[in-house]
Amino acid sequence: MVTIETFGLEKTYRVGFWRRKPKLALRPLTLSVNEGEIFGYLGPNGAGKTTTLKLLMGLAEPSSGGCKILGGRISDPAVRAQIGFLPEQPYFYDHLTPLELLNYFAALSAVPAKDRTRRIDAALKRVGLDEDAWATQLRKFSKGMLQRVGLAQAILHEPKLIILDEPMSGLDPMGRREVRDLIEELNHEGRTIFFSTHILSDAEALCDRVAILNRGELKGVGVVADLVGSVNGNVEIMWHGAEAASAIRARGFEVHAVGETVRAVVPESEVDRVIDTLRTQRAKLVSVTPMRTTLEDYFVAKIGGPAEVAR
Amino acid sequence: MTRRIGAIAFNTFREAVRDRVLYNLIIFAFLMIGASLLLGQITIGVERQLLINLGLTAISIFGVLIAIFIGIGLVSKEIDKRTLYTVLTRPVQRWEFIVGKFFGLVGTLVVNAGLMTLGFFIALMYLMHGLQSSDTSILAAIYFILLEFMMVTAIALLLSSFSTPIESAVLTFAIFVVGSFSEDLRNFAESAKGSTHYAALAFSYLIPNFAAMNYIAPVAHGSPVPANLIAYNTAYGLLYAGAVVCAASLIFQNRNLK
Amino acid sequence: MKERSQHAVSLALTALIVVTFAGSAWALHRLQQARPNANLEDVLYIPSAKTLKRMSLGYDGLLADIYWTRAVQYFGDKHRRRALGYPLLYPLLDITTELDPHLIVAYRFGATFLAQQPPDGAGQPERAVQLIETGIRNNPDNWRLYFDLGFVYSMNLQDYQAAANAFLRGSELPHTHPFLRIMAAQMAQHGGELQTARMLWQATYNSTDDVAIKANAKLHLQALDVDETVPKLEELVKDYRDKTGTQPTSFFPLVQAGLLPRVPTDPLGMPYKLFPDGHVEVQDPQAWSFIRQGLPPDTGTRLPAKP
Repeated sequence: MVTIETFGLEKTYRVGFWRRKPKLALRPLTLSVNEGEIFGYLGPNGAGKTTTLKLLMGLAEPSSGGCKILGGRISDPAVRAQIGFLPEQPYFYDHLTPLELLNYFAALSAVPAKDRTRRIDAALKRVGLDEDAWATQLRKFSKGMLQRVGLAQAILHEPKLIILDEPMSGLDPMGRREVRDLIEELNHEGRTIFFSTHILSDAEALCDRVAILNRGELKGVGVVADLVGSVNGNVEIMWHGAEAASAIRARGFEVHAVGETVRAVVPESEVDRVIDTLRTQRAKLVSVTPMRTTLEDYFVAKIGGPAEVAR
Repeated sequence: MTRRIGAIAFNTFREAVRDRVLYNLIIFAFLMIGASLLLGQITIGVERQLLINLGLTAISIFGVLIAIFIGIGLVSKEIDKRTLYTVLTRPVQRWEFIVGKFFGLVGTLVVNAGLMTLGFFIALMYLMHGLQSSDTSILAAIYFILLEFMMVTAIALLLSSFSTPIESAVLTFAIFVVGSFSEDLRNFAESAKGSTHYAALAFSYLIPNFAAMNYIAPVAHGSPVPANLIAYNTAYGLLYAGAVVCAASLIFQNRNLK
Repeated sequence: MKERSQHAVSLALTALIVVTFAGSAWALHRLQQARPNANLEDVLYIPSAKTLKRMSLGYDGLLADIYWTRAVQYFGDKHRRRALGYPLLYPLLDITTELDPHLIVAYRFGATFLAQQPPDGAGQPERAVQLIETGIRNNPDNWRLYFDLGFVYSMNLQDYQAAANAFLRGSELPHTHPFLRIMAAQMAQHGGELQTARMLWQATYNSTDDVAIKANAKLHLQALDVDETVPKLEELVKDYRDKTGTQPTSFFPLVQAGLLPRVPTDPLGMPYKLFPDGHVEVQDPQAWSFIRQGLPPDTGTRLPAKP
């Protein structure tokens, strides 16, 4: 079943003093997300990812086109009851505690009163929020803690579809790892996850499929497994022995030396000859690794310019 | 549906009560009531009248200020700070959100008015060394003030559903001031001719008429409150606030969030 | 793209807005009927103008303007309905001038409309004097106020001595109108006469810019014209009868006899009516507020007391 389906979804804003200048935030987008997928929505900042999510969630009206979510419309409360949403840089009511906030949200999401405490505790534990903080007012929370609360409110009502806008933002590497694990767990429970990010390594590790957006336009959609890992024809060779470096460099290959350790990237066809050269130079071979395409390569290729990449 | 509205109302109330602005304004109201006690000592024989006039006016003005300060936070601030996103993406209708906010704030104002009324009656008891039966008419005047609060809240809500916090605050206060003089506006309308007459008349019905609802001066003088006045004021307050809240819902229903 | 359900909600809300707003307008209408003068009530209940000033928190000027506007509209409204009294006029003017002691026009308005008899005024000349004296206290160099004071004493209270005193006080100011000295003298000898009245009303007309006061003065001047002309016409008719022995039934014979240049008309342009018994009337007595002559003989209550 198709969980999310968009048909020429477009958004133009009118800016300027008299609201006459049109600003195209999203060109007609046609995309679909399948049930049970983890789908990554990638693109540099300002590409239109958040706009897309706002259109999907009914926070803004499209200028043309439409979308179907879980087979229905986002305006239908029954559809919304099955979706969990985490906005970019969430901000909550300053004077409430996480428990109060989640109780409020649980009431709005029609979680039965008797289940609330159990589900809230479970959600907070799952996102890794320290129990001491559960009864502290949110205005005292750090960005990372708020992000965790944000995740908690998104999964609280056990939704079938979870939409996250930059879920890793504000988290340290440990936190990011925890969120990655959480997303995988949720996916194993049969939930569809659709999240936007500009961090390619996370997407590469987690997603089944990705879409790339740049300047409001969809540049490419693909299965991660297909895009990544194909051998691109280069081999990385590492050895100890700086003297050999110049000989290899003389052949026109990429060579980097740090102290005694040297790294070179050579085409597959040249591997045997290089290894022979190293042997005659009495260099100590450390590794020979075929290089594979990464998501970054695909990303850069699709966008065709300098991209913001975080590793 | 009512459960969700109730949840939103309660949350609004809780958030308002924990906001420190509230307490500052209540303290100011108490100060004003205290000051009017002192002022009364200067003029002989009219202390009670002065206390009631000034005290109830203080409750009225500070209540309106509270309505504005918290009212603008109802929607404008929520849109600004994006706390709204995780609420509206739940199975909540946009109009339920507005209505819940409205009830939450009205609840806050009732509690505030209650506190200020308590302070007022303490001052009155201190001054008159006890209460008299005619003091019940003061409660009726305070009830009318509460109806005014309800209308101001609705207006603050309407304005904040499409303008920035500062704009809504200023406009709401301006409407409150104009509404207090709307009787004069109506007089002007009646003596004007032609299109000015109709325009002014329409405008005088559009803005809330606080002058007609204000019963502070007669009550300070000891006059009782006629029952039909209570009925008409209640009807006017409820219907007007209702219309404005519906308008706010309509606007909010169709709004794009940034 | 909007959903049908969203359209339905919008439609329902719009309908609700119309219904509730109409309902509120109805309730407001009933409310205003029950309290016809809500904004004037505080005038009744305020203990004194001084107390109000204290409570005005410094916005005296604004409040003065508001109360001045209310005073004018109160009078205009009631005057249109030919009221028999204007009880709130003095309190309103009192508050206005308490809040803004230098609002001269308010004192002058009171001088005219507090002193005149109903339905054209409150019939409270003593209050008028009180107000003007306050005005003089606050604006001792304004000769117009002394003029008004003398005016009220002369025209409404028939106290020619007091009037002369007032004019005299005014004539001694550094910046005054020479007219005041003339009026002081006039009072002494010709207090109640028509000529004096004409001078006073003409001076009132010339010395103000306020539309209401000017219009009122003009009406008085026209009335004085009638008061002067009617007895003269009746004299001429008597002369004619004495000379010719016949009672004329119109003015034509008098014109033919050379006693009159043409058929006489009143200041409104309507010809005077001559009756068989020799008395003269204006065409339309209803059109005149202040005349004492030229009225039908049976208008008993209409005639104010003669000086």
